[in-house]
Amino acid sequence: MNDTIISVDHLTKKFNDFTAVNDISFSVEKGEIVAFLGPNGAGKTTTIKMLTTLLVPTSGAVLLNGSDVVTHQEDARRTFGIVFQDPSLDDELTAWENLEFHGVLYGVPKNIRRPRIEELMKFVELWDRRNALVKTFSGGMKRRLEIARGLLHHPKIFFLDEPTIGLDPQTRNAMWDYVIDLNKKEQITIFFTTHYIEEAEKVAERIIVIDYGKIVATGTPDELKTRTQTNTLEEAFLKYTGHAIRDEDASASDRMRLRRRMHH
Amino acid sequence: MSTIYILWLRQLKRYFRSRSRIIGSLGQPVLFLVALGFGLGPTFQKAGQGNYIQFLVPGIVAMSVLFTAVFSGIEIIWDRQFGFLKETLVAPVTRMEIMIGRTIGGATVAMIQGCIVFVISFFAGFRPLGAGNLAFAFVFMFLTAVLFTALGTAIASRLEDMQGFQLIMNFLIMPLFFLSGALFPLNNLPPVLKVIIAVNPLSYGVDGMRGALEGVSHFGLATDFGVLTVMALVILAIGSYLFSKIQL
Repeated sequence: MNDTIISVDHLTKKFNDFTAVNDISFSVEKGEIVAFLGPNGAGKTTTIKMLTTLLVPTSGAVLLNGSDVVTHQEDARRTFGIVFQDPSLDDELTAWENLEFHGVLYGVPKNIRRPRIEELMKFVELWDRRNALVKTFSGGMKRRLEIARGLLHHPKIFFLDEPTIGLDPQTRNAMWDYVIDLNKKEQITIFFTTHYIEEAEKVAERIIVIDYGKIVATGTPDELKTRTQTNTLEEAFLKYTGHAIRDEDASASDRMRLRRRMHH
Repeated sequence: MSTIYILWLRQLKRYFRSRSRIIGSLGQPVLFLVALGFGLGPTFQKAGQGNYIQFLVPGIVAMSVLFTAVFSGIEIIWDRQFGFLKETLVAPVTRMEIMIGRTIGGATVAMIQGCIVFVISFFAGFRPLGAGNLAFAFVFMFLTAVLFTALGTAIASRLEDMQGFQLIMNFLIMPLFFLSGALFPLNNLPPVLKVIIAVNPLSYGVDGMRGALEGVSHFGLATDFGVLTVMALVILAIGSYLFSKIQL
Protein backbone atom coordinates (compact mmCIF):
# COMPACT_ATOMS: atom_id res chain seq x y z
CA MET A 1 0.00 0.00 0.00
CA ASN A 2 2.78 2.44 -0.85
CA ASP A 3 0.60 4.51 -3.08
CA THR A 4 -2.08 5.36 -0.56
CA ILE A 5 -2.54 9.11 -0.56
CA ILE A 6 -5.61 9.46 1.62
CA SER A 7 -5.87 7.17 4.58
CA VAL A 8 -8.85 7.41 6.90
CA ASP A 9 -8.70 5.29 9.99
CA HIS A 10 -11.65 4.81 12.38
CA LEU A 11 -12.70 8.41 11.93
CA THR A 12 -15.48 9.67 14.21
CA LYS A 13 -17.04 13.07 14.73
CA LYS A 14 -19.56 13.77 17.44
CA PHE A 15 -21.43 17.00 18.02
CA ASN A 16 -22.61 16.65 21.59
CA ASP A 17 -24.83 13.57 21.49
CA PHE A 18 -25.13 13.52 17.72
CA THR A 19 -22.67 11.32 15.84
CA ALA A 20 -22.23 12.81 12.38
CA VAL A 21 -19.46 10.46 11.30
CA ASN A 22 -19.33 7.10 12.96
CA ASP A 23 -16.06 5.15 12.88
CA ILE A 24 -15.36 5.18 9.15
CA SER A 25 -12.22 3.84 7.49
CA PHE A 26 -11.17 3.94 3.86
CA SER A 27 -8.19 4.75 1.73
CA VAL A 28 -7.64 6.33 -1.65
CA GLU A 29 -4.76 5.48 -3.98
CA LYS A 30 -2.63 8.06 -5.67
CA GLY A 31 -4.20 9.13 -8.96
CA GLU A 32 -7.61 7.68 -8.22
CA ILE A 33 -10.88 9.49 -8.92
CA VAL A 34 -13.25 8.76 -6.07
CA ALA A 35 -16.83 9.90 -5.64
CA PHE A 36 -18.08 10.22 -2.10
CA LEU A 37 -21.84 9.84 -2.19
CA GLY A 38 -24.58 9.97 0.38
CA PRO A 39 -27.99 11.49 1.05
CA ASN A 40 -28.27 14.88 2.68
CA GLY A 41 -26.97 14.92 6.22
CA ALA A 42 -25.22 11.55 5.79
CA GLY A 43 -21.88 12.95 6.95
CA LYS A 44 -20.22 13.85 3.64
CA THR A 45 -19.40 17.45 4.39
CA THR A 46 -18.37 16.69 7.97
CA THR A 47 -15.98 14.07 6.63
CA ILE A 48 -14.53 16.44 4.04
CA LYS A 49 -14.10 19.10 6.71
CA MET A 50 -12.10 16.68 8.83
CA LEU A 51 -10.05 15.60 5.83
CA THR A 52 -9.23 19.23 5.08
CA THR A 53 -8.31 20.26 8.67
CA LEU A 54 -11.35 22.49 9.20
CA LEU A 55 -12.79 20.22 11.87
CA VAL A 56 -10.88 18.26 14.46
CA PRO A 57 -12.04 14.63 14.64
CA THR A 58 -13.47 13.32 17.89
CA SER A 59 -11.40 10.19 17.35
CA GLY A 60 -9.58 8.38 14.58
CA ALA A 61 -6.91 9.59 12.21
CA VAL A 62 -6.54 10.97 8.71
CA LEU A 63 -3.29 10.91 6.75
CA LEU A 64 -2.90 12.96 3.60
CA ASN A 65 0.17 11.90 1.69
CA GLY A 66 1.50 10.61 5.00
CA SER A 67 0.83 13.78 6.99
CA ASP A 68 -1.57 13.65 9.90
CA VAL A 69 -4.26 16.34 9.57
CA VAL A 70 -4.21 17.04 13.29
CA THR A 71 -0.56 16.79 14.26
CA HIS A 72 1.01 17.93 10.97
CA GLN A 73 -1.60 20.38 9.82
CA GLU A 74 0.57 22.54 7.63
CA ASP A 75 2.12 19.64 5.73
CA ALA A 76 -1.32 18.13 5.29
CA ARG A 77 -2.71 21.44 4.04
CA ARG A 78 0.00 21.80 1.45
CA THR A 79 -1.00 18.54 -0.20
CA PHE A 80 -4.52 19.44 -1.22
CA GLY A 81 -6.57 21.96 -3.09
CA ILE A 82 -10.27 22.31 -2.45
CA VAL A 83 -13.43 23.63 -4.00
CA PHE A 84 -15.93 24.14 -1.21
CA GLN A 85 -19.63 23.51 -1.40
CA ASP A 86 -20.39 27.16 -0.66
CA PRO A 87 -18.67 30.10 -2.30
CA SER A 88 -15.40 31.04 -0.63
CA LEU A 89 -14.05 33.94 -2.68
CA ASP A 90 -13.50 37.49 -1.51
CA ASP A 91 -16.16 39.42 -3.39
CA GLU A 92 -14.44 42.74 -2.82
CA LEU A 93 -11.27 41.61 -4.57
CA THR A 94 -10.79 41.08 -8.28
CA ALA A 95 -10.54 37.60 -9.77
CA TRP A 96 -6.82 38.04 -10.22
CA GLU A 97 -6.34 39.29 -6.68
CA ASN A 98 -8.16 36.28 -5.29
CA LEU A 99 -5.72 33.98 -7.07
CA GLU A 100 -2.74 36.11 -6.13
CA PHE A 101 -3.82 35.98 -2.48
CA HIS A 102 -4.07 32.21 -2.65
CA GLY A 103 -0.71 31.87 -4.36
CA VAL A 104 1.02 33.94 -1.71
CA LEU A 105 -0.62 32.05 1.15
CA TYR A 106 0.56 28.78 -0.38
CA GLY A 107 4.06 30.12 -0.87
CA VAL A 108 4.12 29.79 -4.67
CA PRO A 109 7.06 31.94 -5.82
CA LYS A 110 6.19 34.93 -7.96
CA ASN A 111 7.97 33.76 -11.11
CA ILE A 112 5.89 30.58 -11.07
CA ARG A 113 2.75 32.13 -9.62
CA ARG A 114 2.13 34.80 -12.23
CA PRO A 115 2.30 32.56 -15.35
CA ARG A 116 0.36 29.86 -13.51
CA ILE A 117 -2.44 32.29 -12.67
CA GLU A 118 -2.59 33.37 -16.30
CA GLU A 119 -2.65 29.79 -17.53
CA LEU A 120 -5.41 28.76 -15.15
CA MET A 121 -7.50 31.85 -15.75
CA LYS A 122 -7.26 31.33 -19.46
CA PHE A 123 -8.34 27.76 -19.01
CA VAL A 124 -11.45 28.68 -17.02
CA GLU A 125 -12.03 31.50 -19.54
CA LEU A 126 -11.86 34.28 -17.02
CA TRP A 127 -8.63 35.93 -18.15
CA ASP A 128 -10.54 38.74 -19.84
CA ARG A 129 -12.35 39.41 -16.60
CA ARG A 130 -9.28 39.21 -14.39
CA ASN A 131 -9.58 42.80 -13.19
CA ALA A 132 -13.29 42.65 -12.44
CA LEU A 133 -14.44 42.43 -8.85
CA VAL A 134 -15.69 38.96 -8.01
CA LYS A 135 -19.00 40.37 -6.78
CA THR A 136 -19.86 41.11 -10.40
CA PHE A 137 -19.47 37.43 -11.33
CA SER A 138 -22.25 34.93 -11.88
CA GLY A 139 -22.40 31.73 -9.82
CA GLY A 140 -20.84 29.73 -12.63
CA MET A 141 -17.97 32.16 -13.06
CA LYS A 142 -17.25 32.07 -9.35
CA ARG A 143 -17.16 28.29 -9.42
CA ARG A 144 -14.71 28.32 -12.32
CA LEU A 145 -12.53 30.76 -10.50
CA GLU A 146 -12.57 28.58 -7.40
CA ILE A 147 -11.49 25.61 -9.45
CA ALA A 148 -8.63 27.61 -10.89
CA ARG A 149 -7.69 28.73 -7.41
CA GLY A 150 -7.78 25.22 -5.96
CA LEU A 151 -5.27 24.06 -8.57
CA LEU A 152 -2.92 27.01 -8.36
CA HIS A 153 -0.42 25.44 -5.99
CA HIS A 154 -0.25 22.09 -7.84
CA PRO A 155 -1.97 20.04 -5.14
CA LYS A 156 -1.54 16.27 -4.99
CA ILE A 157 -5.14 15.85 -3.91
CA PHE A 158 -8.08 17.84 -5.20
CA PHE A 159 -11.18 17.87 -3.01
CA LEU A 160 -14.38 18.97 -4.68
CA ASP A 161 -17.43 19.30 -2.46
CA GLU A 162 -20.47 19.50 -4.75
CA PRO A 163 -18.42 21.36 -7.37
CA THR A 164 -21.04 21.37 -10.11
CA ILE A 165 -23.97 22.81 -8.15
CA GLY A 166 -25.36 25.74 -10.07
CA LEU A 167 -23.36 25.06 -13.23
CA ASP A 168 -24.92 24.59 -16.63
CA PRO A 169 -24.19 21.31 -18.45
CA GLN A 170 -21.65 23.00 -20.72
CA THR A 171 -19.57 24.29 -17.84
CA ARG A 172 -20.04 21.07 -15.92
CA ASN A 173 -18.73 18.97 -18.79
CA ALA A 174 -15.86 21.32 -19.48
CA MET A 175 -14.94 21.25 -15.82
CA TRP A 176 -14.88 17.48 -15.60
CA ASP A 177 -12.96 17.20 -18.87
CA TYR A 178 -10.31 19.42 -17.40
CA VAL A 179 -10.23 17.67 -14.06
CA ILE A 180 -9.95 14.26 -15.69
CA ASP A 181 -7.26 15.53 -18.00
CA LEU A 182 -5.37 16.87 -15.01
CA ASN A 183 -5.78 13.58 -13.24
CA LYS A 184 -4.26 11.73 -16.20
CA LYS A 185 -1.44 14.18 -16.82
CA GLU A 186 -0.40 15.11 -13.31
CA GLN A 187 -1.67 12.12 -11.39
CA ILE A 188 -3.74 14.38 -9.15
CA THR A 189 -6.02 12.39 -6.89
CA ILE A 190 -9.63 13.53 -7.14
CA PHE A 191 -12.01 13.14 -4.24
CA PHE A 192 -15.43 14.63 -4.82
CA THR A 193 -18.99 14.65 -3.59
CA THR A 194 -21.99 15.23 -5.81
CA HIS A 195 -25.73 14.98 -5.93
CA TYR A 196 -25.66 14.10 -9.60
CA ILE A 197 -25.28 10.34 -9.46
CA GLU A 198 -24.88 10.08 -13.23
CA GLU A 199 -21.92 12.43 -12.89
CA ALA A 200 -20.32 10.13 -10.37
CA GLU A 201 -20.97 7.16 -12.63
CA LYS A 202 -19.34 8.88 -15.56
CA VAL A 203 -16.34 10.35 -13.82
CA ALA A 204 -15.45 8.24 -10.79
CA GLU A 205 -13.35 5.12 -10.85
CA ARG A 206 -14.54 4.20 -7.41
CA ILE A 207 -17.57 5.09 -5.33
CA ILE A 208 -17.79 5.33 -1.56
CA VAL A 209 -21.31 5.54 -0.18
CA ILE A 210 -21.88 6.99 3.26
CA ASP A 211 -25.16 7.00 5.15
CA TYR A 212 -25.99 7.87 8.74
CA GLY A 213 -22.29 8.47 9.31
CA LYS A 214 -21.32 4.94 8.25
CA ILE A 215 -19.81 3.68 5.03
CA VAL A 216 -22.42 1.40 3.49
CA ALA A 217 -20.74 0.51 0.21
CA THR A 218 -17.53 0.93 -1.71
CA GLY A 219 -16.51 -0.25 -5.17
CA THR A 220 -16.45 0.64 -8.84
CA PRO A 221 -19.77 1.77 -10.31
CA ASP A 222 -20.06 -1.61 -12.03
CA GLU A 223 -19.37 -3.53 -8.86
CA LEU A 224 -22.06 -1.63 -6.99
CA LYS A 225 -24.57 -2.25 -9.76
CA THR A 226 -23.72 -5.94 -9.90
CA ARG A 227 -23.91 -6.34 -6.15
CA THR A 228 -27.30 -4.68 -5.93
CA GLN A 229 -28.51 -6.22 -9.20
CA THR A 230 -29.50 -2.85 -10.59
CA ASN A 231 -28.98 -1.20 -13.96
CA THR A 232 -27.91 2.25 -12.96
CA LEU A 233 -25.76 3.65 -10.22
CA GLU A 234 -28.70 5.73 -9.06
CA GLU A 235 -30.76 2.61 -8.43
CA ALA A 236 -27.83 1.04 -6.66
CA PHE A 237 -27.45 4.17 -4.55
CA LEU A 238 -31.12 4.06 -3.59
CA LYS A 239 -30.83 0.37 -2.70
CA TYR A 240 -28.01 1.19 -0.32
CA THR A 241 -29.50 4.27 1.25
CA GLY A 242 -33.26 3.66 1.05
CA HIS A 243 -35.96 5.92 -0.28
CA ALA A 244 -36.73 7.94 2.81
CA ILE A 245 -36.29 11.68 2.30
CA ARG A 246 -33.71 13.25 4.56
CA ASP A 247 -33.52 16.41 6.48
CA GLU A 248 -32.76 18.92 3.78
CA ASP A 249 -31.89 21.94 5.82
CA ALA A 250 -28.92 21.61 8.09
CA SER A 251 -25.57 19.95 8.12
CA ALA A 252 -24.42 18.40 11.36
CA SER A 253 -22.49 21.43 12.46
CA ASP A 254 -25.35 23.76 11.55
CA ARG A 255 -27.57 21.67 13.72
CA MET A 256 -25.08 21.93 16.52
CA ARG A 257 -24.98 25.69 16.12
CA LEU A 258 -28.71 25.90 16.14
CA ARG A 259 -28.83 23.89 19.30
CA ARG A 260 -26.19 26.03 20.91
CA ARG A 261 -28.12 29.15 20.03
CA MET A 262 -31.33 27.73 21.45
CA HIS A 263 -29.65 26.92 24.72
CA HIS A 264 -28.37 30.42 25.25
CA MET B 1 6.18 37.50 6.20
CA SER B 2 4.55 37.49 2.78
CA THR B 3 1.47 35.95 4.40
CA ILE B 4 1.18 38.86 6.79
CA TYR B 5 1.77 41.29 3.94
CA ILE B 6 -0.91 39.85 1.69
CA LEU B 7 -3.45 39.80 4.53
CA TRP B 8 -2.61 43.40 5.33
CA LEU B 9 -2.90 44.36 1.68
CA ARG B 10 -6.28 42.69 1.45
CA GLN B 11 -7.62 44.72 4.36
CA LEU B 12 -6.40 47.96 2.79
CA LYS B 13 -7.85 47.14 -0.60
CA ARG B 14 -11.18 46.30 0.92
CA TYR B 15 -11.12 49.52 2.89
CA PHE B 16 -10.29 51.80 0.00
CA ARG B 17 -12.88 50.13 -2.20
CA SER B 18 -15.74 50.70 0.20
CA ARG B 19 -16.02 54.45 -0.19
CA SER B 20 -19.48 54.51 1.28
CA ARG B 21 -18.09 52.90 4.40
CA ILE B 22 -15.31 55.47 4.69
CA ILE B 23 -17.70 58.37 4.26
CA GLY B 24 -20.36 56.75 6.39
CA SER B 25 -18.04 56.22 9.30
CA LEU B 26 -16.88 59.83 9.13
CA GLY B 27 -20.42 61.04 9.76
CA GLN B 28 -20.42 60.23 13.44
CA PRO B 29 -17.11 61.86 14.41
CA VAL B 30 -17.89 64.95 12.40
CA LEU B 31 -21.29 65.19 14.07
CA PHE B 32 -19.71 64.86 17.50
CA LEU B 33 -17.10 67.43 16.63
CA VAL B 34 -19.60 69.96 15.40
CA ALA B 35 -22.46 69.34 17.82
CA LEU B 36 -20.40 68.88 20.96
CA GLY B 37 -17.38 70.91 20.02
CA PHE B 38 -19.25 74.01 19.03
CA GLY B 39 -22.33 73.32 21.14
CA LEU B 40 -20.57 72.83 24.46
CA GLY B 41 -17.56 74.97 23.64
CA PRO B 42 -18.83 78.21 25.24
CA THR B 43 -19.90 76.43 28.45
CA PHE B 44 -16.57 74.63 28.65
CA GLN B 45 -14.75 77.90 28.26
CA LYS B 46 -16.87 79.59 30.90
CA ALA B 47 -16.11 76.80 33.34
CA GLY B 48 -12.49 77.75 32.95
CA GLN B 49 -11.44 74.59 31.10
CA GLY B 50 -10.11 76.30 27.98
CA ASN B 51 -10.84 75.55 24.34
CA TYR B 52 -13.21 72.56 24.04
CA ILE B 53 -12.29 71.76 20.44
CA GLN B 54 -8.67 71.39 21.50
CA PHE B 55 -9.79 69.11 24.30
CA LEU B 56 -12.30 67.12 22.28
CA VAL B 57 -10.35 66.29 19.12
CA PRO B 58 -8.10 63.59 20.63
CA GLY B 59 -11.25 61.98 22.04
CA ILE B 60 -13.02 62.05 18.70
CA VAL B 61 -9.97 60.68 16.91
CA ALA B 62 -9.82 57.91 19.51
CA MET B 63 -13.49 57.20 18.85
CA SER B 64 -12.90 56.80 15.12
CA VAL B 65 -9.96 54.55 15.78
CA LEU B 66 -11.99 52.52 18.27
CA PHE B 67 -14.98 52.01 15.98
CA THR B 68 -12.97 51.29 12.87
CA ALA B 69 -10.62 48.94 14.70
CA VAL B 70 -13.33 46.88 16.37
CA PHE B 71 -15.23 46.77 13.13
CA SER B 72 -12.17 45.55 11.20
CA GLY B 73 -11.70 42.80 13.73
CA ILE B 74 -15.34 41.84 13.60
CA GLU B 75 -15.15 41.56 9.82
CA ILE B 76 -14.09 37.97 10.38
CA ILE B 77 -17.77 37.23 10.86
CA TRP B 78 -18.38 38.37 7.30
CA ASP B 79 -15.51 36.27 6.09
CA ARG B 80 -17.12 33.37 7.86
CA GLN B 81 -20.54 34.02 6.39
CA PHE B 82 -19.29 34.64 2.88
CA GLY B 83 -17.06 31.61 3.09
CA PHE B 84 -13.74 33.32 2.60
CA LEU B 85 -12.56 32.37 6.08
CA LYS B 86 -12.41 28.72 4.96
CA GLU B 87 -10.01 29.64 2.18
CA THR B 88 -7.72 31.24 4.73
CA LEU B 89 -8.03 28.47 7.28
CA VAL B 90 -7.12 25.59 4.95
CA ALA B 91 -4.02 27.41 3.71
CA PRO B 92 -0.68 26.10 4.98
CA VAL B 93 -0.03 29.05 7.27
CA THR B 94 -0.31 29.30 11.03
CA ARG B 95 -3.30 30.91 12.66
CA MET B 96 -0.84 33.21 14.38
CA GLU B 97 0.28 34.62 11.04
CA ILE B 98 -3.32 35.14 9.98
CA MET B 99 -4.08 36.84 13.25
CA ILE B 100 -1.07 39.16 12.99
CA GLY B 101 -1.75 40.02 9.36
CA ARG B 102 -5.37 40.79 10.05
CA THR B 103 -4.61 42.82 13.15
CA ILE B 104 -1.97 44.95 11.48
CA GLY B 105 -4.27 45.40 8.49
CA GLY B 106 -7.21 46.40 10.67
CA ALA B 107 -5.03 48.69 12.76
CA THR B 108 -3.70 50.40 9.64
CA VAL B 109 -7.21 51.00 8.39
CA ALA B 110 -8.22 52.37 11.79
CA MET B 111 -5.25 54.71 11.76
CA ILE B 112 -6.08 56.01 8.31
CA GLN B 113 -9.58 56.70 9.52
CA GLY B 114 -8.16 58.46 12.57
CA CYS B 115 -5.92 60.58 10.35
CA ILE B 116 -8.84 61.64 8.19
CA VAL B 117 -10.65 62.82 11.32
CA PHE B 118 -7.50 64.65 12.35
CA VAL B 119 -7.44 66.48 9.06
CA ILE B 120 -11.11 67.36 9.36
CA SER B 121 -10.54 68.65 12.88
CA PHE B 122 -8.05 71.17 11.52
CA PHE B 123 -10.91 72.78 9.68
CA ALA B 124 -12.83 72.91 12.94
CA GLY B 125 -10.00 74.94 14.40
CA PHE B 126 -7.89 72.31 16.09
CA ARG B 127 -4.14 72.98 16.35
CA PRO B 128 -1.56 70.62 17.88
CA LEU B 129 1.39 72.06 19.79
CA GLY B 130 3.83 71.10 17.06
CA ALA B 131 4.63 68.57 14.35
CA GLY B 132 6.60 66.42 16.77
CA ASN B 133 3.53 66.19 19.00
CA LEU B 134 1.54 64.89 16.07
CA ALA B 135 4.08 62.13 15.46
CA PHE B 136 4.00 61.23 19.13
CA ALA B 137 0.21 61.03 19.03
CA PHE B 138 0.49 58.44 16.26
CA VAL B 139 2.23 56.07 18.65
CA PHE B 140 -0.80 56.14 20.93
CA MET B 141 -3.12 55.94 18.00
CA PHE B 142 -1.33 52.85 16.76
CA LEU B 143 -1.45 51.11 20.14
CA THR B 144 -5.14 51.91 20.48
CA ALA B 145 -5.78 50.62 16.96
CA VAL B 146 -3.95 47.33 17.57
CA LEU B 147 -5.64 46.79 20.91
CA PHE B 148 -9.16 47.22 19.61
CA THR B 149 -8.66 45.36 16.34
CA ALA B 150 -7.49 42.43 18.41
CA LEU B 151 -10.51 42.86 20.66
CA GLY B 152 -12.79 42.80 17.63
CA THR B 153 -11.13 39.64 16.38
CA ALA B 154 -11.41 38.02 19.79
CA ILE B 155 -15.12 38.77 19.94
CA ALA B 156 -15.73 37.72 16.35
CA SER B 157 -14.02 34.39 16.94
CA ARG B 158 -16.80 33.54 19.36
CA LEU B 159 -19.70 34.77 17.23
CA GLU B 160 -21.40 32.80 14.48
CA ASP B 161 -23.16 35.69 12.79
CA MET B 162 -23.92 39.38 13.00
CA GLN B 163 -26.87 38.92 15.36
CA GLY B 164 -24.75 39.76 18.37
CA PHE B 165 -23.38 42.88 16.74
CA GLN B 166 -25.93 45.29 18.19
CA LEU B 167 -25.30 43.87 21.61
CA ILE B 168 -21.58 44.50 21.30
CA MET B 169 -22.15 47.95 19.92
CA ASN B 170 -24.45 49.03 22.74
CA PHE B 171 -22.96 47.21 25.67
CA LEU B 172 -19.28 47.31 24.84
CA ILE B 173 -18.22 49.81 22.22
CA MET B 174 -20.46 52.69 23.24
CA PRO B 175 -19.65 52.40 26.96
CA LEU B 176 -15.95 52.10 26.11
CA PHE B 177 -16.20 55.37 24.25
CA PHE B 178 -18.46 57.35 26.57
CA LEU B 179 -16.68 56.22 29.72
CA SER B 180 -13.16 56.96 28.53
CA GLY B 181 -12.78 60.65 29.15
CA ALA B 182 -13.02 61.29 25.44
CA LEU B 183 -15.72 63.88 26.00
CA PHE B 184 -15.06 65.29 29.46
CA PRO B 185 -12.11 66.05 31.76
CA LEU B 186 -11.28 63.40 34.35
CA ASN B 187 -10.94 65.74 37.31
CA ASN B 188 -13.48 65.79 40.13
CA LEU B 189 -15.52 62.83 38.90
CA PRO B 190 -17.68 60.63 41.16
CA PRO B 191 -15.58 57.71 42.49
CA VAL B 192 -17.54 55.01 40.64
CA LEU B 193 -16.96 56.71 37.31
CA LYS B 194 -13.32 57.16 38.20
CA VAL B 195 -12.89 53.42 38.70
CA ILE B 196 -14.70 52.58 35.49
CA ILE B 197 -12.56 55.01 33.53
CA ALA B 198 -9.39 53.66 35.12
CA VAL B 199 -10.14 50.09 33.98
CA ASN B 200 -11.19 51.15 30.49
CA PRO B 201 -8.17 50.75 28.18
CA LEU B 202 -9.49 53.39 25.81
CA SER B 203 -9.05 56.00 28.56
CA TYR B 204 -5.30 55.56 28.23
CA GLY B 205 -5.44 55.88 24.46
CA VAL B 206 -7.42 59.12 24.72
CA ASP B 207 -5.24 60.43 27.50
CA GLY B 208 -2.05 59.49 25.67
CA MET B 209 -3.13 61.23 22.50
CA ARG B 210 -4.28 64.26 24.43
CA GLY B 211 -1.04 64.35 26.37
CA ALA B 212 1.02 64.00 23.21
CA LEU B 213 -0.87 66.72 21.37
CA GLU B 214 -1.41 69.20 24.12
CA GLY B 215 1.11 68.46 26.77
CA VAL B 216 -1.43 67.76 29.52
CA SER B 217 -2.26 64.24 30.54
CA HIS B 218 -4.22 62.82 33.41
CA PHE B 219 -2.47 59.50 33.99
CA GLY B 220 0.95 60.51 32.67
CA LEU B 221 2.29 59.49 29.27
CA ALA B 222 4.48 56.70 30.62
CA THR B 223 1.47 55.10 32.32
CA ASP B 224 -0.62 55.54 29.18
CA PHE B 225 2.05 53.93 27.05
CA GLY B 226 2.64 51.09 29.49
CA VAL B 227 -1.04 50.23 30.02
CA LEU B 228 -1.83 50.37 26.31
CA THR B 229 1.14 48.20 25.36
CA VAL B 230 0.42 45.58 28.00
CA MET B 231 -3.31 45.53 27.23
CA ALA B 232 -2.66 45.32 23.50
CA LEU B 233 -0.39 42.33 24.01
CA VAL B 234 -2.80 40.61 26.39
CA ILE B 235 -5.79 41.05 24.10
CA LEU B 236 -3.73 40.05 21.09
CA ALA B 237 -2.82 36.86 22.92
CA ILE B 238 -6.44 36.17 23.89
CA GLY B 239 -7.59 36.96 20.37
CA SER B 240 -4.98 34.65 18.85
CA TYR B 241 -6.02 31.89 21.19
CA LEU B 242 -9.73 32.25 20.41
CA PHE B 243 -9.03 32.60 16.71
CA SER B 244 -6.93 29.43 16.72
CA LYS B 245 -9.90 27.57 18.22
CA ILE B 246 -12.24 28.40 15.34
CA GLN B 247 -13.64 25.33 13.63
CA LEU B 248 -15.97 25.52 10.69
